[in-house]
This record gives sequence, C-alpha cells and structure tokens, in this order.
Amino acid sequence: MESANASAAALRAKIAATEERLKLLKAQLANIEEKEAEEVEESPVTRKWPLLPDEYKRYGRQMIVPSVGIQGQLRLKDASVLIVGAGGLGCPSSAYLAGAGVGTIGIVDGDIVETSNLHRQILHNSSTVGMKKVDSIVSYLKSLNPHLKYITHPTHLTPQNAAEIVSQYELVLDCTDHPTSRYLISDTCILLQKPLVSASALRRDGQLIVLNSPPLPAGDAKGGPCYRCVFPKPPPTDSVVSCGDGGILGPVVGVMGVLQALEGIKLIVEGRLKEEQEVDGRGNTMLLFSASGSPQFRSLKMRARSSKCVACSGNAELTLEKLPGMDYAVFCGIASPIGILKPEERIEAKEYLELEQDSEKTHVLLDVREKVQFDICSLENSINIPSSSFQGTRSSSLQEGKPSWLPETVRADASIYVICRLGNDSQIVTQKLKEAGLDNNGKRAIKDIRGGLKAWKEQVNPSWPEY
Amino acid sequence: MTETHPKPEMASENTIPILVEFTGGLEMLFSDERKHRLSVPSKDDEGNPVNIGWLVKHLCDKVMKDSRKEMFVLDDHVRPGILVLVNDADWELEGEASYALQPNDNILFVSTLHGG
Repeated sequence: MESANASAAALRAKIAATEERLKLLKAQLANIEEKEAEEVEESPVTRKWPLLPDEYKRYGRQMIVPSVGIQGQLRLKDASVLIVGAGGLGCPSSAYLAGAGVGTIGIVDGDIVETSNLHRQILHNSSTVGMKKVDSIVSYLKSLNPHLKYITHPTHLTPQNAAEIVSQYELVLDCTDHPTSRYLISDTCILLQKPLVSASALRRDGQLIVLNSPPLPAGDAKGGPCYRCVFPKPPPTDSVVSCGDGGILGPVVGVMGVLQALEGIKLIVEGRLKEEQEVDGRGNTMLLFSASGSPQFRSLKMRARSSKCVACSGNAELTLEKLPGMDYAVFCGIASPIGILKPEERIEAKEYLELEQDSEKTHVLLDVREKVQFDICSLENSINIPSSSFQGTRSSSLQEGKPSWLPETVRADASIYVICRLGNDSQIVTQKLKEAGLDNNGKRAIKDIRGGLKAWKEQVNPSWPEY
Repeated sequence: MTETHPKPEMASENTIPILVEFTGGLEMLFSDERKHRLSVPSKDDEGNPVNIGWLVKHLCDKVMKDSRKEMFVLDDHVRPGILVLVNDADWELEGEASYALQPNDNILFVSTLHGG
C-alpha cells in the first residue's frame, strides 16, 4: 500500500512538472504567434485591412451572413461582454461569444470546478476539477480563439464589487443560479445602463428574457423592463430549487446558454448596445423552453417597464451610492437549515448502525427521498415513501391507523427511523408521522437520522455513492 | 401525457371551456399534469363574469390536491415568482386578476426558474 502511495506521488509530481513544461511551451508559442501577427499587421500592403488574415478565415462563415457582414464583425471585435457565472449557462454562452469574435470577454465566478459540474458545464473537464472555474473556462476559450482579450474575476458578484466590475463592459449575461444574484445583476445593469440577457434552467425547462433593452435611464418608460419589473417580489425561499436539488439535463441548460449567446450577438451586430430609443415592432418577450413540451419553444409577450419599479421607474430609489449597502440575501430571504425536531427525536447515523446490527430489536427504516434517488442507491431493508407523498391532504401515506406502507409483521411499538439525502425532509416527515398519531401516544419511537445519507457516508460507510 | 390544443368549443350558456397549463415545476402541485382542460361556470356566485382571480381560487380549492397551497397562492394572490399568461401574453397587459375568462382561453402559470 505504501509503495503504491509512493509511486502515485511520484506520478503526480511528474504530471505537475510536465504540465509546467507544457505551460512554458504554450507561452513561448503564443509569444511567437503574437510577433507573427504584428509583423503581418506592419507589412505595408496588408495594413489597410481591419482584421488579421486568420480572423477573415475564422469569422468568414458568419461574416457572409447578410445581417452580420464586415460591419457586424467589427462591432463584435469592439464589443465587451461580461458573463456572470461560469457554469451550465456560462460555458456554452462564452464559447459561442468567443467563437464569434467578441473582443473582450469577462468572466465572474468564485467557485471551483467539481466533478458534478461536468455533465453540463462543457468547457470544464476532468483534468480541471479543483481549478478555479474562471481559469478553467478561460484556458478553454484561449485555445478556441487566441485573438480575444479575456478578463477573469475570480469572485462572486457582490453589491460591493458589482458596479466596478460591470462598468468595464457593454453587455451582461446573467448565467447565475440564484434570485439574489439575479436581482443584484439587474439593479447594477439599470444603474449603469447595460442591456442584460438573463437565462435560467431546471430539470427539463428553461427560460430566457432580454432585460433593460433598450438600456435607457431609469424613469424613461421606453427602456426595456428590468428583472424587478417582471418579478417585483422575490419568490419564497422554499420555492427556489437549485440544479443540485432538483436536477438538470445538460442539453437543456446548454440550449439556454446558446440562446443567450445568440441574443448577445444580435444586440452587438445590430448596434443595439447603446441604443437611445426603442425600435418599432420589437416588444418584450420571454422565451420558454421545455424538453417535454409541445411545442418545445414558446414565446410570451411580456409587460413593459413598470411605473412602480423601485429600480428603473421615475420613482426609483436605487442609486449607485446605495448599491453597496443593499442586502440581497435579506431581500430574498435566507433558507435556514431546518431544525424542527428536539434532540431526543433525532439520532446520529452511527447510532443507527448499532441499532441495525442489533437483530433483537425490530424497527422500520423509512427513506423519504424521491423514488428516482432511492433507485440510485439505498440502505438494506429500507422502505421508500417519498416525502412529497406526505404532502397531499388526502395522502394515503398518512391515513389514520396503520398506513399501507407499514409491513403487516411490524409490531405496533416498533420504532420508525426516517432518513433522506441531507436530513431536512426527514425531519418534516418525522413530524408529520407523529401528528398523524403513528407514535401510538408515545409507545412507538419515531426519529430522524440527523444529516441523512450524507452523514451515513461520513460516519459509517465511506463507500456510499454520493451523487 | 397527450398534449393537444383545445378543440374550439361553443360555450354553453352556463359554462366556459378553458385550457389551464402549469410549467417550471408548478405542475408538480397539480398531479404532475401540465395541461388541465376545465369547464368553468360563466358567472360567479354573485352573477359576475368569472375572471382569473376566481380561477386561481378555484384551482387552489378544487383542482390542487397537494397541501402546499402556499406554493401557489400567498395572501390571496398568486405567489411571487409565478407569471400568469393569458393566451401567451403577460396578464399585466390584460388586467391581471380582473381579466374575464373567454371561451377557449389558454391560461398559463409559469414558475420562475433560477438554476444555471
């Protein structure tokens, strides 16, 4: 075992050294290429061309599209776009913007690449796991198109840094994953008069909306609506589902990111980044995508700027001076960890292990994850009744007396232990079972396993598959 | 799940056929069905034409089996984060809750997504 560790360490050192060497070689090559490009530019015959020879070849297929042309290409070259979030939306959108030749691309993200990102965040790869997302994404983009300027902001966007970062760009893509960042980005774009392309995705659905376009000053009713016009009040925290909890199909978020890039390219090529008035015939729309819908795409006609909007109306109270003091976490509400049970109503995963091994005592282990998760991995002898099935008012999982899921052979005083993925739903179900009288006035113990299957992996079985 | 558009139907004197749709996860509150074809009375208890405000209450009381009513309605209003569309147009353009339902209307409830 020790010699295996030693040879693994030696290999890791070798790989690190080789990667360093590779980096050096790449830098040398880039240096030479840059000089070559300069020489070409300096040659008196070719000097009048606004693009490099490689750029004519590279962008030719899009330049000959009539709505782009050389004018559109030069606009792309001059343009600067900020992508907030280097994840499932940010990867495809930045790839297409870099491919199209957007001159300056900035990426904001404070996270590092994780293996669970890779099925959809297509610019990261297995060898960049653990790297900062901004570095991973820019290393891909540089190899895709070395002619552009890439700026990394290895931080989360905050009320304190948002204005400074956003002010360096002409267009913003919201590729984030939470209402707090969505309100912050929208507010900042209103204050700095930047158009905003916002997209989101979950499971099999996606949504896309172009906001603040045209980006007219607050109070000008002809400007495009902002995020607050469409969603004046934030959603309740328990209605906000992340991709980590709800799941996401890679191509679904991919399609939304590609559409963001498309909307961005349209705004740039058509010269609408700093447009001063609304062009006739273009209303505000929201695009819905649903992998299982019929039709899959649906365009909705949306409201204009709201005369009551606190960000973009004439009565807006928002200013650049106030922005750093805004607390978006408070505004959107903070999802606090659930702690509804008393300590004696809960047991630790390792305590449950002892119970499980004691064959004298019979008990029931109730796994309340959704069936799709239960099918991936489950504990021996556990019964799966998803927590959602306890929600209905006429729920059969909660009927009076003995519910059908409780095996006939189980004694009336046999304990019930409830487990889920992280230890939140299990508390809610434990409480519901008690409220339904399943504890036989205290004769039967009903307890939740603290920390769920995550704790089980940490305390009991390190080989438990984490998904 | 079959998904078809409603056949144009003649409104009978007392009822109006409408198509109600849920997306963005809201369908989970409504028996996991995205499309609900409903026949609603043309007048409410007070004899006024039924509007979306009436429909929202009807959906909450009669159609929704999930107990999490607050995921759809908060303080007697559609909860924040849900958009309501009347024939694919934002209900704000149509008078919001006071919009009177017409035969074969399509009312779409969209829950905003946040993931990315």
